[in-house]
Amino acid sequence: MTDEVAVLGAGMHPWGKWGRSFVEYGTVAARAALADAGIDWRRVGSIVGADTVRGGYPGYVAGATFAKALGWQGARVASVYAACASGAQAVSTARAQILSGLADVVLVVGADAAPKGFFRPAGGDRADDPDWLRFRVLGATNPTYFGLYARRRMAVHGDTPEDFAQVKVKNAAMGALNPNARYRKRVTAEEVASSAVVADPLRLLDICATSDGGAALVLSSMEFARRHGAADPVRIRAVSTVTPRYPSTVLDLPDIATDSAVSVEPADETFRASIARAAYEEAGIGPRDLSLAEVYDLSTALELQWYEDLGLCGEGGGAKLLAEGATALGGRIPVNVSGGLSSFGEAVPAQAIAQVCELTWQLRGTAGDRQVAGARVGVCANQGLFGHGSAVIAVR
Amino acid sequence: MSRTRTPVVTGWFAGEGDDFRLLGTRCSACASVFFPREDAFCRNPGCSGGELVEVPLSRRGRVWSYTDSRYRPPSPYVSDRELEWQPYALIAVELAAERLVVLGQAVPGVAVADLTVGMEVEVVPGVLNEDAETTWTTWHWRPTGVTV
Ligand SMILES: [Zn+2]
Repeated sequence: MTDEVAVLGAGMHPWGKWGRSFVEYGTVAARAALADAGIDWRRVGSIVGADTVRGGYPGYVAGATFAKALGWQGARVASVYAACASGAQAVSTARAQILSGLADVVLVVGADAAPKGFFRPAGGDRADDPDWLRFRVLGATNPTYFGLYARRRMAVHGDTPEDFAQVKVKNAAMGALNPNARYRKRVTAEEVASSAVVADPLRLLDICATSDGGAALVLSSMEFARRHGAADPVRIRAVSTVTPRYPSTVLDLPDIATDSAVSVEPADETFRASIARAAYEEAGIGPRDLSLAEVYDLSTALELQWYEDLGLCGEGGGAKLLAEGATALGGRIPVNVSGGLSSFGEAVPAQAIAQVCELTWQLRGTAGDRQVAGARVGVCANQGLFGHGSAVIAVR
Repeated sequence: MSRTRTPVVTGWFAGEGDDFRLLGTRCSACASVFFPREDAFCRNPGCSGGELVEVPLSRRGRVWSYTDSRYRPPSPYVSDRELEWQPYALIAVELAAERLVVLGQAVPGVAVADLTVGMEVEVVPGVLNEDAETTWTTWHWRPTGVTV
Protein backbone atom coordinates (compact mmCIF):
# COMPACT_ATOMS: atom_id res chain seq x y z
CA MET A 1 0.00 0.00 0.00
CA THR A 2 1.05 3.55 -0.78
CA ASP A 3 0.63 6.50 1.60
CA GLU A 4 -2.49 8.57 1.19
CA VAL A 5 -2.96 12.17 0.12
CA ALA A 6 -5.83 14.40 1.27
CA VAL A 7 -8.46 15.96 -0.97
CA LEU A 8 -8.84 19.41 0.57
CA GLY A 9 -11.02 20.91 -2.13
CA ALA A 10 -13.07 20.03 -5.20
CA GLY A 11 -14.61 22.39 -7.72
CA MET A 12 -16.26 22.32 -11.13
CA HIS A 13 -17.53 24.61 -13.84
CA PRO A 14 -20.89 23.18 -15.01
CA TRP A 15 -20.76 21.04 -18.17
CA GLY A 16 -22.56 22.32 -21.27
CA LYS A 17 -21.92 24.14 -24.54
CA TRP A 18 -21.13 27.58 -23.29
CA GLY A 19 -19.10 28.86 -26.23
CA ARG A 20 -16.29 30.26 -24.11
CA SER A 21 -12.61 29.40 -23.63
CA PHE A 22 -11.48 26.31 -21.75
CA VAL A 23 -9.23 28.64 -19.75
CA GLU A 24 -12.30 30.27 -18.26
CA TYR A 25 -13.89 26.92 -17.31
CA GLY A 26 -10.67 25.69 -15.72
CA THR A 27 -10.15 28.93 -13.81
CA VAL A 28 -13.71 28.88 -12.45
CA ALA A 29 -13.22 25.26 -11.34
CA ALA A 30 -9.82 26.04 -9.79
CA ARG A 31 -11.16 29.02 -7.85
CA ALA A 32 -14.07 26.87 -6.62
CA ALA A 33 -11.71 24.10 -5.47
CA LEU A 34 -9.42 26.60 -3.69
CA ALA A 35 -12.41 28.21 -1.95
CA ASP A 36 -13.70 24.77 -0.97
CA ALA A 37 -10.29 23.95 0.50
CA GLY A 38 -9.95 27.31 2.23
CA ILE A 39 -6.53 27.70 0.60
CA ASP A 40 -5.10 30.92 -0.82
CA TRP A 41 -3.79 30.26 -4.35
CA ARG A 42 -0.48 31.88 -3.40
CA ARG A 43 0.01 29.07 -0.84
CA VAL A 44 -0.16 26.35 -3.55
CA GLY A 45 3.28 24.88 -4.23
CA SER A 46 2.55 23.14 -7.50
CA ILE A 47 -0.06 23.18 -10.26
CA VAL A 48 -0.73 20.27 -12.62
CA GLY A 49 -2.82 20.87 -15.73
CA ALA A 50 -4.50 18.21 -17.86
CA ASP A 51 -4.13 19.33 -21.47
CA THR A 52 -6.89 19.70 -24.01
CA VAL A 53 -5.82 19.05 -27.61
CA ARG A 54 -7.46 22.29 -28.66
CA GLY A 55 -5.90 25.72 -28.67
CA GLY A 56 -2.71 25.48 -30.74
CA TYR A 57 -0.03 24.24 -28.37
CA PRO A 58 -2.24 21.59 -26.71
CA GLY A 59 -4.40 23.53 -24.31
CA TYR A 60 -1.67 26.24 -24.35
CA VAL A 61 0.14 23.60 -22.22
CA ALA A 62 -2.51 23.68 -19.55
CA GLY A 63 -0.65 23.87 -16.24
CA ALA A 64 1.01 27.20 -17.00
CA THR A 65 -2.08 28.58 -18.75
CA PHE A 66 -4.18 28.03 -15.63
CA ALA A 67 -1.36 29.36 -13.39
CA LYS A 68 -1.23 32.54 -15.46
CA ALA A 69 -5.01 32.93 -15.36
CA LEU A 70 -5.00 32.54 -11.57
CA GLY A 71 -2.09 34.98 -11.33
CA TRP A 72 1.57 33.99 -11.60
CA GLN A 73 2.86 33.13 -8.15
CA GLY A 74 5.92 31.02 -8.88
CA ALA A 75 4.45 27.54 -8.28
CA ARG A 76 6.10 24.45 -9.72
CA VAL A 77 4.22 23.51 -12.92
CA ALA A 78 3.49 20.35 -14.89
CA SER A 79 1.15 19.55 -17.78
CA VAL A 80 0.03 16.07 -18.76
CA TYR A 81 -1.85 14.51 -21.64
CA ALA A 82 -3.27 10.99 -21.84
CA ALA A 83 -6.55 11.47 -23.76
CA CYS A 84 -9.48 10.42 -21.54
CA ALA A 85 -7.00 9.41 -18.82
CA SER A 86 -5.39 12.88 -18.65
CA GLY A 87 -7.18 13.75 -15.41
CA ALA A 88 -5.96 10.63 -13.64
CA GLN A 89 -2.42 11.32 -14.86
CA ALA A 90 -2.71 14.83 -13.39
CA VAL A 91 -3.88 13.41 -10.05
CA SER A 92 -1.09 10.83 -10.21
CA THR A 93 1.54 13.52 -10.87
CA ALA A 94 0.23 15.66 -8.01
CA ARG A 95 0.20 12.70 -5.64
CA ALA A 96 3.76 11.72 -6.56
CA GLN A 97 4.95 15.26 -5.85
CA ILE A 98 3.21 15.26 -2.46
CA LEU A 99 4.40 11.80 -1.43
CA SER A 100 7.96 12.57 -2.45
CA GLY A 101 7.92 15.82 -0.49
CA LEU A 102 8.33 18.10 -3.54
CA ALA A 103 5.13 19.97 -2.68
CA ASP A 104 2.67 19.97 0.21
CA VAL A 105 -0.32 21.48 -1.62
CA VAL A 106 -1.03 20.84 -5.31
CA LEU A 107 -3.78 22.21 -7.53
CA VAL A 108 -5.00 19.87 -10.30
CA VAL A 109 -7.02 21.41 -13.14
CA GLY A 110 -8.53 20.10 -16.38
CA ALA A 111 -10.90 21.86 -18.78
CA ASP A 112 -12.14 21.55 -22.34
CA ALA A 113 -14.15 23.46 -24.89
CA ALA A 114 -15.30 20.68 -27.21
CA PRO A 115 -16.03 20.96 -30.91
CA LYS A 116 -19.38 20.10 -32.44
CA GLY A 117 -19.92 16.59 -33.80
CA PHE A 118 -17.57 13.61 -33.93
CA PHE A 119 -14.11 13.74 -32.44
CA ARG A 120 -11.69 13.83 -35.35
CA PRO A 121 -7.93 13.66 -35.67
CA ALA A 122 -5.76 16.72 -36.15
CA GLY A 123 -5.26 17.87 -39.75
CA GLY A 124 -2.60 16.84 -42.25
CA ASP A 125 -1.72 13.52 -43.90
CA ARG A 126 -0.18 11.26 -41.30
CA ALA A 127 -0.06 7.68 -42.55
CA ASP A 128 2.02 6.69 -39.50
CA ASP A 129 -0.66 7.79 -37.00
CA PRO A 130 -3.20 5.07 -36.09
CA ASP A 131 -5.77 7.72 -35.19
CA TRP A 132 -5.48 9.36 -38.62
CA LEU A 133 -5.49 5.98 -40.37
CA ARG A 134 -8.69 4.67 -38.79
CA PHE A 135 -10.56 7.74 -40.06
CA ARG A 136 -8.94 7.82 -43.52
CA VAL A 137 -9.06 4.09 -44.27
CA LEU A 138 -12.22 3.00 -42.43
CA GLY A 139 -14.16 6.09 -41.41
CA ALA A 140 -14.15 4.44 -37.98
CA THR A 141 -15.49 7.13 -35.63
CA ASN A 142 -15.50 6.60 -31.86
CA PRO A 143 -19.17 5.48 -31.88
CA THR A 144 -18.39 2.68 -34.34
CA TYR A 145 -15.98 1.14 -31.79
CA PHE A 146 -18.72 1.45 -29.13
CA GLY A 147 -21.09 -0.26 -31.59
CA LEU A 148 -18.63 -3.14 -32.07
CA TYR A 149 -18.36 -3.68 -28.29
CA ALA A 150 -22.13 -3.50 -27.86
CA ARG A 151 -22.81 -6.02 -30.63
CA ARG A 152 -20.15 -8.32 -29.21
CA ARG A 153 -21.88 -8.22 -25.80
CA MET A 154 -25.20 -9.06 -27.45
CA ALA A 155 -23.64 -12.08 -29.16
CA VAL A 156 -21.58 -13.33 -26.21
CA HIS A 157 -23.67 -12.39 -23.17
CA GLY A 158 -27.16 -12.10 -24.63
CA ASP A 159 -27.49 -8.38 -23.79
CA THR A 160 -30.25 -6.53 -25.64
CA PRO A 161 -30.68 -2.92 -26.81
CA GLU A 162 -33.35 -2.68 -24.09
CA ASP A 163 -30.69 -3.54 -21.48
CA PHE A 164 -28.48 -0.79 -22.85
CA ALA A 165 -31.35 1.71 -22.77
CA GLN A 166 -31.87 1.03 -19.06
CA VAL A 167 -28.35 2.37 -18.37
CA LYS A 168 -29.41 5.66 -19.94
CA VAL A 169 -32.66 5.69 -17.97
CA LYS A 170 -30.75 5.17 -14.70
CA ASN A 171 -28.02 7.72 -15.42
CA ALA A 172 -30.41 10.38 -16.72
CA ALA A 173 -32.46 10.06 -13.53
CA MET A 174 -29.33 10.74 -11.47
CA GLY A 175 -28.01 13.46 -13.77
CA ALA A 176 -31.34 15.26 -13.31
CA LEU A 177 -30.29 15.71 -9.66
CA ASN A 178 -26.81 17.13 -10.44
CA PRO A 179 -26.47 20.91 -10.95
CA ASN A 180 -23.12 20.41 -12.74
CA ALA A 181 -24.56 18.02 -15.35
CA ARG A 182 -25.26 19.22 -18.89
CA TYR A 183 -28.40 17.12 -19.42
CA ARG A 184 -30.72 17.38 -16.44
CA LYS A 185 -33.80 15.65 -17.76
CA ARG A 186 -35.08 12.14 -17.12
CA VAL A 187 -35.17 9.89 -20.17
CA THR A 188 -37.47 6.93 -20.84
CA ALA A 189 -36.57 3.65 -22.52
CA GLU A 190 -38.99 4.60 -25.29
CA GLU A 191 -37.09 7.83 -25.92
CA VAL A 192 -33.83 5.88 -26.23
CA ALA A 193 -35.44 3.37 -28.58
CA SER A 194 -36.86 6.10 -30.81
CA SER A 195 -33.60 8.07 -31.08
CA ALA A 196 -31.64 7.68 -34.31
CA VAL A 197 -29.22 4.78 -34.78
CA VAL A 198 -25.65 6.16 -34.86
CA ALA A 199 -23.59 2.96 -34.98
CA ASP A 200 -25.69 -0.20 -34.94
CA PRO A 201 -26.88 -1.35 -32.39
CA LEU A 202 -26.34 1.95 -30.55
CA ARG A 203 -28.59 4.97 -30.80
CA LEU A 204 -27.99 8.63 -30.18
CA LEU A 205 -29.12 8.37 -26.54
CA ASP A 206 -26.80 5.39 -25.96
CA ILE A 207 -23.73 7.47 -26.79
CA CYS A 208 -22.18 10.29 -24.79
CA ALA A 209 -21.87 13.74 -26.31
CA THR A 210 -18.85 16.06 -26.18
CA SER A 211 -19.08 18.96 -23.77
CA ASP A 212 -17.43 22.01 -22.36
CA GLY A 213 -16.52 21.79 -18.69
CA GLY A 214 -13.83 22.21 -16.07
CA ALA A 215 -12.90 20.40 -12.87
CA ALA A 216 -10.25 20.95 -10.22
CA LEU A 217 -8.93 19.42 -7.01
CA VAL A 218 -6.73 20.73 -4.21
CA LEU A 219 -4.62 17.85 -2.90
CA SER A 220 -2.23 17.94 0.05
CA SER A 221 -0.11 15.80 2.30
CA MET A 222 -1.93 14.28 5.29
CA GLU A 223 0.32 16.30 7.56
CA PHE A 224 -0.57 19.56 5.84
CA ALA A 225 -4.28 18.65 6.05
CA ARG A 226 -4.01 18.18 9.81
CA ARG A 227 -2.19 21.50 10.26
CA HIS A 228 -4.82 23.12 8.04
CA GLY A 229 -7.57 21.88 10.37
CA ALA A 230 -8.97 19.16 8.09
CA ALA A 231 -9.15 16.38 10.69
CA ASP A 232 -11.01 13.81 8.60
CA PRO A 233 -10.53 14.65 4.91
CA VAL A 234 -11.37 12.46 1.95
CA ARG A 235 -8.14 10.63 1.06
CA ILE A 236 -6.86 9.28 -2.22
CA ARG A 237 -5.61 5.79 -1.51
CA ALA A 238 -4.78 4.54 -5.00
CA VAL A 239 -4.18 5.85 -8.51
CA SER A 240 -3.87 3.29 -11.29
CA THR A 241 -2.27 4.46 -14.53
CA VAL A 242 -1.25 1.09 -15.99
CA THR A 243 -0.69 0.19 -19.64
CA PRO A 244 -1.96 -2.96 -21.39
CA ARG A 245 0.12 -6.13 -21.55
CA TYR A 246 1.19 -7.77 -24.80
CA PRO A 247 -0.71 -9.26 -26.50
CA SER A 248 -3.69 -6.94 -26.09
CA THR A 249 -6.58 -8.91 -27.58
CA VAL A 250 -9.44 -6.42 -27.35
CA LEU A 251 -9.81 -4.12 -30.36
CA ASP A 252 -9.26 -0.74 -28.71
CA LEU A 253 -9.61 2.79 -29.98
CA PRO A 254 -7.94 3.86 -32.25
CA ASP A 255 -6.50 0.55 -33.47
CA ILE A 256 -7.35 -1.20 -36.73
CA ALA A 257 -6.32 -4.61 -35.37
CA THR A 258 -5.48 -6.32 -32.10
CA ASP A 259 -2.12 -7.79 -31.19
CA SER A 260 -1.58 -11.36 -32.32
CA ALA A 261 -1.76 -13.99 -29.58
CA VAL A 262 0.04 -16.53 -31.73
CA SER A 263 3.37 -16.56 -29.87
CA VAL A 264 2.47 -15.23 -26.40
CA GLU A 265 -0.58 -16.40 -24.46
CA PRO A 266 -2.74 -13.40 -23.42
CA ALA A 267 -3.24 -12.59 -19.73
CA ASP A 268 -6.37 -13.98 -18.09
CA GLU A 269 -7.80 -10.51 -17.54
CA THR A 270 -8.51 -7.77 -20.06
CA PHE A 271 -6.75 -4.41 -19.99
CA ARG A 272 -9.75 -2.73 -18.34
CA ALA A 273 -9.91 -5.38 -15.62
CA SER A 274 -6.19 -4.89 -14.99
CA ILE A 275 -6.72 -1.14 -14.50
CA ALA A 276 -9.16 -1.89 -11.67
CA ARG A 277 -7.05 -4.67 -10.17
CA ALA A 278 -4.00 -2.42 -9.95
CA ALA A 279 -6.08 0.16 -8.07
CA TYR A 280 -7.56 -2.43 -5.70
CA GLU A 281 -4.13 -3.88 -4.95
CA GLU A 282 -2.64 -0.48 -4.23
CA ALA A 283 -5.56 0.45 -1.96
CA GLY A 284 -5.63 -2.92 -0.22
CA ILE A 285 -9.36 -3.29 -0.85
CA GLY A 286 -11.63 -5.28 -3.14
CA PRO A 287 -14.86 -4.65 -5.02
CA ARG A 288 -16.94 -5.75 -2.00
CA ASP A 289 -15.60 -2.80 -0.01
CA LEU A 290 -16.97 -0.21 -2.45
CA SER A 291 -19.79 2.18 -1.59
CA LEU A 292 -20.00 3.62 -5.10
CA ALA A 293 -18.30 3.72 -8.50
CA GLU A 294 -17.98 6.32 -11.25
CA VAL A 295 -17.20 4.72 -14.61
CA TYR A 296 -16.64 5.98 -18.13
CA ASP A 297 -19.98 5.34 -19.84
CA LEU A 298 -18.93 6.54 -23.28
CA SER A 299 -21.80 4.30 -24.31
CA THR A 300 -24.53 2.59 -22.32
CA ALA A 301 -23.14 -0.85 -23.20
CA LEU A 302 -19.68 0.17 -22.00
CA GLU A 303 -21.06 0.91 -18.52
CA LEU A 304 -22.20 -2.73 -18.27
CA GLN A 305 -18.70 -3.80 -19.32
CA TRP A 306 -17.19 -1.72 -16.51
CA TYR A 307 -19.38 -3.48 -13.91
CA GLU A 308 -17.63 -6.69 -14.90
CA ASP A 309 -14.16 -5.16 -15.22
CA LEU A 310 -14.47 -3.63 -11.74
CA GLY A 311 -15.56 -7.01 -10.35
CA LEU A 312 -18.99 -5.77 -9.27
CA CYS A 313 -20.35 -8.94 -10.90
CA GLY A 314 -19.02 -11.83 -12.94
CA GLU A 315 -18.31 -11.68 -16.66
CA GLY A 316 -21.57 -11.30 -18.57
CA GLY A 317 -23.49 -10.36 -15.41
CA GLY A 318 -23.68 -6.62 -16.11
CA ALA A 319 -27.20 -6.46 -17.50
CA LYS A 320 -28.55 -8.57 -14.64
CA LEU A 321 -26.84 -6.40 -12.03
CA LEU A 322 -28.44 -3.33 -13.61
CA ALA A 323 -31.88 -4.96 -13.87
CA GLU A 324 -31.75 -5.87 -10.17
CA GLY A 325 -31.30 -2.18 -9.35
CA ALA A 326 -27.94 -2.82 -7.67
CA THR A 327 -26.26 0.05 -9.53
CA ALA A 328 -29.04 2.62 -9.04
CA LEU A 329 -29.14 5.12 -6.19
CA GLY A 330 -30.18 3.09 -3.13
CA GLY A 331 -28.82 -0.13 -4.63
CA ARG A 332 -25.97 -2.30 -3.34
CA ILE A 333 -23.30 -0.54 -5.40
CA PRO A 334 -24.55 2.65 -7.09
CA VAL A 335 -22.70 3.45 -10.32
CA ASN A 336 -22.53 6.91 -11.88
CA VAL A 337 -24.68 8.68 -9.30
CA SER A 338 -23.24 11.87 -10.81
CA GLY A 339 -25.27 11.04 -13.91
CA GLY A 340 -22.16 9.78 -15.69
CA LEU A 341 -20.94 10.83 -19.10
CA SER A 342 -24.48 10.12 -20.22
CA SER A 343 -25.62 13.26 -18.37
CA PHE A 344 -22.42 15.26 -18.63
CA GLY A 345 -21.07 14.61 -22.10
CA GLU A 346 -17.31 14.25 -22.21
CA ALA A 347 -14.97 17.17 -21.53
CA VAL A 348 -11.89 15.02 -22.07
CA PRO A 349 -9.16 16.45 -19.79
CA ALA A 350 -11.67 17.40 -17.09
CA GLN A 351 -13.67 14.19 -16.95
CA ALA A 352 -11.48 11.99 -14.77
CA ILE A 353 -10.99 14.92 -12.39
CA ALA A 354 -14.77 15.43 -12.29
CA GLN A 355 -15.12 11.77 -11.32
CA VAL A 356 -12.88 12.40 -8.29
CA CYS A 357 -14.89 15.55 -7.43
CA GLU A 358 -18.03 13.39 -7.30
CA LEU A 359 -16.32 10.79 -5.11
CA THR A 360 -15.19 13.62 -2.80
CA TRP A 361 -18.67 15.06 -2.36
CA GLN A 362 -20.19 11.60 -1.89
CA LEU A 363 -17.60 10.59 0.72
CA ARG A 364 -18.11 13.88 2.56
CA GLY A 365 -21.87 13.23 2.57
CA THR A 366 -22.56 16.54 0.81
CA ALA A 367 -23.95 15.25 -2.52
CA GLY A 368 -27.50 16.38 -1.74
CA ASP A 369 -30.35 14.57 -3.50
CA ARG A 370 -27.99 12.06 -5.12
CA GLN A 371 -26.13 11.17 -1.89
CA VAL A 372 -25.18 7.51 -1.44
CA ALA A 373 -26.01 6.82 2.22
CA GLY A 374 -22.95 6.15 4.38
CA ALA A 375 -20.46 6.25 1.49
CA ARG A 376 -16.95 5.32 2.71
CA VAL A 377 -15.07 3.98 -0.33
CA GLY A 378 -15.39 5.03 -3.96
CA VAL A 379 -13.65 4.09 -7.19
CA CYS A 380 -13.61 5.84 -10.53
CA ALA A 381 -12.30 4.25 -13.70
CA ASN A 382 -11.71 4.97 -17.33
CA GLN A 383 -9.42 4.18 -20.22
CA GLY A 384 -7.57 6.68 -22.38
CA LEU A 385 -6.89 6.28 -26.08
CA PHE A 386 -3.67 4.48 -27.14
CA GLY A 387 -3.42 2.46 -23.88
CA HIS A 388 -3.80 4.64 -20.80
CA GLY A 389 -5.34 3.09 -17.71
CA SER A 390 -7.04 5.39 -15.24
CA ALA A 391 -8.58 4.57 -11.87
CA VAL A 392 -8.66 6.37 -8.54
CA ILE A 393 -9.79 4.99 -5.19
CA ALA A 394 -10.86 7.49 -2.53
CA VAL A 395 -11.84 6.74 1.04
CA ARG A 396 -13.00 8.48 4.18
CA MET B 1 -10.64 9.32 -67.99
CA SER B 2 -8.14 6.86 -66.59
CA ARG B 3 -7.18 6.92 -62.96
CA THR B 4 -4.20 5.29 -61.31
CA ARG B 5 -5.08 2.54 -58.85
CA THR B 6 -3.19 3.27 -55.64
CA PRO B 7 -3.47 1.51 -52.27
CA VAL B 8 -4.74 3.92 -49.60
CA VAL B 9 -1.85 2.68 -47.42
CA THR B 10 1.35 1.31 -48.89
CA GLY B 11 2.24 -2.28 -48.07
CA TRP B 12 -0.89 -3.33 -46.17
CA PHE B 13 -2.35 -5.51 -48.94
CA ALA B 14 -1.53 -6.81 -52.41
CA GLY B 15 -2.77 -9.04 -55.20
CA GLU B 16 -5.82 -9.28 -57.43
CA GLY B 17 -8.92 -11.46 -57.28
CA ASP B 18 -8.42 -14.71 -55.36
CA ASP B 19 -4.76 -13.80 -54.73
CA PHE B 20 -5.67 -10.64 -52.80
CA ARG B 21 -4.28 -10.75 -49.26
CA LEU B 22 -3.67 -8.48 -46.29
CA LEU B 23 0.07 -8.21 -45.60
CA GLY B 24 1.55 -8.28 -42.13
CA THR B 25 4.99 -9.01 -40.80
CA ARG B 26 6.27 -11.93 -38.73
CA CYS B 27 9.17 -11.82 -36.27
CA SER B 28 11.80 -14.40 -37.21
CA ALA B 29 12.76 -14.81 -33.53
CA CYS B 30 9.42 -15.25 -31.73
CA ALA B 31 6.95 -15.78 -34.62
CA SER B 32 4.68 -12.92 -33.48
CA VAL B 33 2.57 -11.54 -36.33
CA PHE B 34 1.83 -7.83 -36.73
CA PHE B 35 -0.93 -6.07 -38.62
CA PRO B 36 -0.66 -3.21 -39.36
CA ARG B 37 2.86 -4.28 -40.21
CA GLU B 38 5.79 -3.54 -37.91
CA ASP B 39 8.97 -3.14 -39.91
CA ALA B 40 11.37 -1.76 -37.31
CA PHE B 41 10.90 -3.61 -34.02
CA CYS B 42 9.11 -6.67 -32.68
CA ARG B 43 6.62 -5.54 -29.99
CA ASN B 44 6.70 -8.75 -27.96
CA PRO B 45 8.33 -7.55 -24.69
CA GLY B 46 9.82 -11.02 -24.14
CA CYS B 47 11.55 -11.11 -27.51
CA SER B 48 15.14 -10.04 -27.99
CA GLY B 49 14.22 -9.00 -31.53
CA GLY B 50 14.31 -10.76 -34.83
CA GLU B 51 14.03 -9.87 -38.48
CA LEU B 52 10.51 -8.77 -39.48
CA VAL B 53 9.48 -10.60 -42.62
CA GLU B 54 6.43 -9.79 -44.72
CA VAL B 55 3.69 -12.43 -44.55
CA PRO B 56 0.27 -12.64 -46.17
CA LEU B 57 -2.53 -13.05 -43.61
CA SER B 58 -5.23 -15.72 -43.81
CA ARG B 59 -7.85 -14.91 -46.44
CA ARG B 60 -10.71 -16.12 -44.31
CA GLY B 61 -11.81 -15.46 -40.75
CA ARG B 62 -14.89 -15.22 -38.57
CA VAL B 63 -16.88 -12.16 -37.59
CA TRP B 64 -15.86 -11.04 -34.07
CA SER B 65 -18.30 -8.15 -34.16
CA TYR B 66 -19.80 -5.61 -36.56
CA THR B 67 -21.46 -2.22 -36.67
CA ASP B 68 -22.13 0.54 -39.17
CA SER B 69 -21.69 4.25 -39.66
CA ARG B 70 -25.09 5.90 -40.08
CA TYR B 71 -23.61 9.37 -40.22
CA ARG B 72 -20.94 10.70 -42.54
CA PRO B 73 -17.54 10.31 -40.82
CA PRO B 74 -15.42 13.47 -40.63
CA SER B 75 -12.28 14.13 -42.66
CA PRO B 76 -9.77 12.58 -43.36
CA TYR B 77 -12.48 10.09 -44.46
CA VAL B 78 -13.33 11.09 -48.02
CA SER B 79 -16.90 11.09 -49.26
CA ASP B 80 -18.86 13.03 -51.87
CA ARG B 81 -20.75 15.69 -49.97
CA GLU B 82 -23.00 16.23 -52.99
CA LEU B 83 -24.48 12.78 -52.49
CA GLU B 84 -26.73 11.58 -49.70
CA TRP B 85 -24.74 9.60 -47.15
CA GLN B 86 -24.93 5.83 -47.64
CA PRO B 87 -24.11 3.92 -44.45
CA TYR B 88 -21.60 1.06 -44.75
CA ALA B 89 -20.93 -1.81 -42.35
CA LEU B 90 -17.66 -2.25 -40.45
CA ILE B 91 -16.63 -5.79 -39.56
CA ALA B 92 -14.05 -6.91 -37.01
CA VAL B 93 -12.74 -10.30 -38.14
CA GLU B 94 -10.90 -12.89 -36.08
CA LEU B 95 -8.17 -14.71 -38.02
CA ALA B 96 -7.65 -18.11 -36.37
CA ALA B 97 -4.12 -18.84 -37.58
CA GLU B 98 -2.75 -15.41 -36.62
CA ARG B 99 -4.94 -15.13 -33.48
CA LEU B 100 -5.74 -11.48 -34.11
CA VAL B 101 -8.76 -9.36 -35.02
CA VAL B 102 -8.69 -7.03 -38.05
CA LEU B 103 -11.25 -4.31 -38.72
CA GLY B 104 -12.42 -3.51 -42.24
CA GLN B 105 -15.34 -2.20 -44.23
CA ALA B 106 -17.83 -4.71 -45.58
CA VAL B 107 -18.20 -4.98 -49.35
CA PRO B 108 -20.80 -2.52 -50.66
CA GLY B 109 -24.26 -4.03 -50.47
CA VAL B 110 -23.64 -6.01 -47.27
CA ALA B 111 -25.45 -4.37 -44.35
CA VAL B 112 -25.51 -5.16 -40.63
CA ALA B 113 -28.74 -7.09 -41.13
CA ASP B 114 -26.80 -9.54 -43.32
CA LEU B 115 -24.20 -10.27 -40.64
CA THR B 116 -23.91 -12.42 -37.51
CA VAL B 117 -21.08 -12.90 -35.03
CA GLY B 118 -19.17 -16.06 -35.96
CA MET B 119 -20.06 -15.89 -39.68
CA GLU B 120 -17.22 -16.73 -42.09
CA VAL B 121 -15.94 -13.85 -44.22
CA GLU B 122 -13.08 -13.43 -46.68
CA VAL B 123 -10.92 -10.51 -47.65
CA VAL B 124 -11.45 -9.04 -51.12
CA PRO B 125 -10.05 -6.01 -52.96
CA GLY B 126 -12.19 -2.87 -52.79
CA VAL B 127 -12.28 0.79 -53.68
CA LEU B 128 -12.30 3.37 -50.88
CA ASN B 129 -12.81 6.49 -53.00
CA GLU B 130 -11.86 8.07 -56.29
CA ASP B 131 -10.62 11.53 -57.13
CA ALA B 132 -9.57 13.15 -60.40
CA GLU B 133 -6.37 11.16 -60.86
CA THR B 134 -6.56 8.25 -58.44
CA THR B 135 -8.67 5.26 -57.50
CA TRP B 136 -7.75 4.64 -53.87
CA THR B 137 -7.92 0.91 -53.18
CA THR B 138 -8.48 -0.88 -49.88
CA TRP B 139 -9.58 -4.23 -48.44
CA HIS B 140 -13.16 -5.28 -47.82
CA TRP B 141 -14.66 -8.18 -45.90
CA ARG B 142 -17.26 -10.26 -47.69
CA PRO B 143 -19.37 -13.09 -46.23
CA THR B 144 -18.22 -16.28 -47.97
CA GLY B 145 -21.79 -17.19 -48.80
CA VAL B 146 -22.17 -14.01 -50.88
CA THR B 147 -21.07 -13.40 -54.42
CA VAL B 148 -21.10 -9.77 -55.49
ZN1 LIG C 1 9.80 -11.17 -31.75
